[in-house]
Amino acid sequence: MEMLTSIFAISLGAILTNNFVLSQFLGICPFMGVSKKIDTALGMGAAVTFVMGIASLVTFFIQHLILEPMGLEYMQTVAFILVIASLVQFIEMFLQKSVPSLYTALGVFLPLITTNCAVLGVSINNVSYGYSLIESVVYGVTGGLGFMLAIVLFASIRERLEFADCPKSFEGIPLAMVTAGLMALAFMGFSGLQVW
Amino acid sequence: MNFGKQLKEGVITNNPVLVQILGMCPTLAVSTSLFNGLGMGICATLVLICSNVVISLLRNIIPNKVRIAAFIVIIAGFVTCIDLLLKAFVPALSESLGVFIPLIVVNCIILGRAEAFAYKNGPVVSALDGLTQGIGFTVALTILSAAREFIGAGKFGGGLIDVSNGFRIVLGGADGIQVLPEGVGASLITQPAGGFLSLGIFIAVVTFLLRKSEEKAAKKEATK
Repeated sequence: MEMLTSIFAISLGAILTNNFVLSQFLGICPFMGVSKKIDTALGMGAAVTFVMGIASLVTFFIQHLILEPMGLEYMQTVAFILVIASLVQFIEMFLQKSVPSLYTALGVFLPLITTNCAVLGVSINNVSYGYSLIESVVYGVTGGLGFMLAIVLFASIRERLEFADCPKSFEGIPLAMVTAGLMALAFMGFSGLQVW
Repeated sequence: MNFGKQLKEGVITNNPVLVQILGMCPTLAVSTSLFNGLGMGICATLVLICSNVVISLLRNIIPNKVRIAAFIVIIAGFVTCIDLLLKAFVPALSESLGVFIPLIVVNCIILGRAEAFAYKNGPVVSALDGLTQGIGFTVALTILSAAREFIGAGKFGGGLIDVSNGFRIVLGGADGIQVLPEGVGASLITQPAGGFLSLGIFIAVVTFLLRKSEEKAAKKEATK
């Protein structure tokens, strides 16, 4: 029972109250770059969720089975980024061979994920929060879902903004930033949400 | 090789944050006080210079196909150095920047410069490029931090300037100068939502000014 409540609290935090993009500023680059259309935003969101889940799982083992027993915690950054980079490459090859339909759906977004700070961020946070294996994976997956929620909402707003009349200097990124600011403001409303 | 021209490009006309729109995550996340902004800027600049030099020296050895992975390993090595140095000498900064220090690895500015500049040019020019782009990042971050701190809390120099016992510059823990009376600031600006808003407005203002100066230059050309 305790396990369930902790999982529920982590999910709620990762998706709403402490959303990766809108309150922790992780994964802003794809959030700004790949949010012009809802379809691509959905694809990116799905790819990030997938990779974040697997990365949480793998980096948990790296941290607890290799780095900690050998006293190599200071190599965390190097080890994690290497593992994530090769993991992304591996997932790409695996999907291309065995699940071609998923590969074509995620295709172009997979390589971009290596430099997505949300993936490295979730792995480092898992360690610094001291999460267990299940908690880590739940945090990774729900963090990805939170990212997906934010980017899909953002893309649907941006599709309409394309035709909005605005001062010339605000066109493009500045307007998108202000929009994201208003979304973050709306998400701040969730911050009072504490079930336990 | 012209340092002045490169510097102008890095800081103004090709500023990594304000014009190239790179490195958004740290810019938004740490620009809450002058100390954090300046500290992050200097750390990223150091990593950028070192990684640019090393990548440029190794540019003929690194095979084209695995270059991204090689860049990431080199950058990660320097980030680890900075992380350890900060923990040892400026623990307050290490604490307040938290996860964003290791995340310098995936800062698009550093990887971007490695790919676009250091992999194609000699070590000296690459070091200068790293320095100027780093200064551009630091300047943008510092201005944004100071502005957010001033509007949000009515303070200046939080963490860096201590006035409780005469004027002193310290590394972390100071309250800064309370410029506006307490409670006047719009505390929203220091919140995440305010980060997006202020950066958006900052970029728009810079775009506006750059366009104005371009128009002026074009007019000058025309009247000649």
